[in-house]
Amino acid sequence: MVNKPAAPVHVGVADIFSTFLLIGATSFGGGVVAYLRENLVGGRKWLDDEEFVQVMEISQTLPGLNATNMSVIIGDRLAGVPGAVAALVGMVVPGTLLMLALGVLYASHGNSPGATAVLGGVAAGAAGLLTATVLQLGRKVVGSAADVVLVAVTCAAISALHLSLVTTLLIIGPLAVWWYRPRRARAPAGS
Amino acid sequence: MSKILDLIGVFSLLSVLAVGGGAAVLPEMKKLTEGEHHWVTESQFVHIYSLGQLAPGPNMLMVAVIGQYVAGWAGALAALAAFLLPATALTWGVGRLWERLAGWPWLDAIQRGLGPVSIGLALSGAITVAKAAVFNITTLLLAVAVLAILLIRHVNPAYLILASGVLGALLLR
Repeated sequence: MVNKPAAPVHVGVADIFSTFLLIGATSFGGGVVAYLRENLVGGRKWLDDEEFVQVMEISQTLPGLNATNMSVIIGDRLAGVPGAVAALVGMVVPGTLLMLALGVLYASHGNSPGATAVLGGVAAGAAGLLTATVLQLGRKVVGSAADVVLVAVTCAAISALHLSLVTTLLIIGPLAVWWYRPRRARAPAGS
Repeated sequence: MSKILDLIGVFSLLSVLAVGGGAAVLPEMKKLTEGEHHWVTESQFVHIYSLGQLAPGPNMLMVAVIGQYVAGWAGALAALAAFLLPATALTWGVGRLWERLAGWPWLDAIQRGLGPVSIGLALSGAITVAKAAVFNITTLLLAVAVLAILLIRHVNPAYLILASGVLGALLLR
């Protein structure tokens, strides 16, 4: 479906690491995909838009975080396995260091009344943020009555019935895929 | 050592179950880290998750802090590596095969089927966070205000989270 355009760019591993380190250090506020596109498609021209969309599609189809999945695929395409490792490490190191510093502060001061009040506000804001993210994603993904049913049933299985995530995925995943199974509109095309 | 192995077990399982992203596994992560292993309390879990929204990069790097609480720096590294590597390794492998998968008729079925499932899971994640974070009228109003602003305007969410913290300091004492 997607034709891979031109020959892939070859980039040094150190260059990949420093670029992803910069993105990992500056992509505040979630939405890392937008930062990746701006830097890699816009700034450095390591990929074109079509490739970027394909990488995004692969990352969303597979489990895991979009930002790290995309980093690995892009790093791999630019410089093989060393490139993938460099991109992944660069992407996560800055945020992890900041998180660990916040974690140390939280462990030492998290129980003070002032910190509890700040964290109460931060958590309420995070709840609003996550809800907004889900609604915005949902608007893009949900396109039919069947989709609405799948969203509701999946959410109810976890949040109302408290089924485990494994059980939920094993029951609903195959049903969802079966619902959208390939129909034989034309002559069966083998395999 | 057994705590490190527990961390690796929990987070590598969550890694491959994170269909559609990190929010999908929040209810299960809370169940396992709070309910089953008693590594964190409910309020610690939601605080650590929320602080994670302030860090740059992927917004689930907070798993490192849970690891840090359980087993220090080795724990942080174990939790982070276990949460990131299984999924990224799978993505790496499938990414290389993608050109060959592109014509496979079931690929479209998988994408279209798992799309709404991942939204349902993320919605459960949002419910889990909201249940722990919204405990009075002030926190409800804060959450709704952030939601409303993000739905009508394009604002960097990090600013809204910081503002929520400031308002929390003023209003939640």
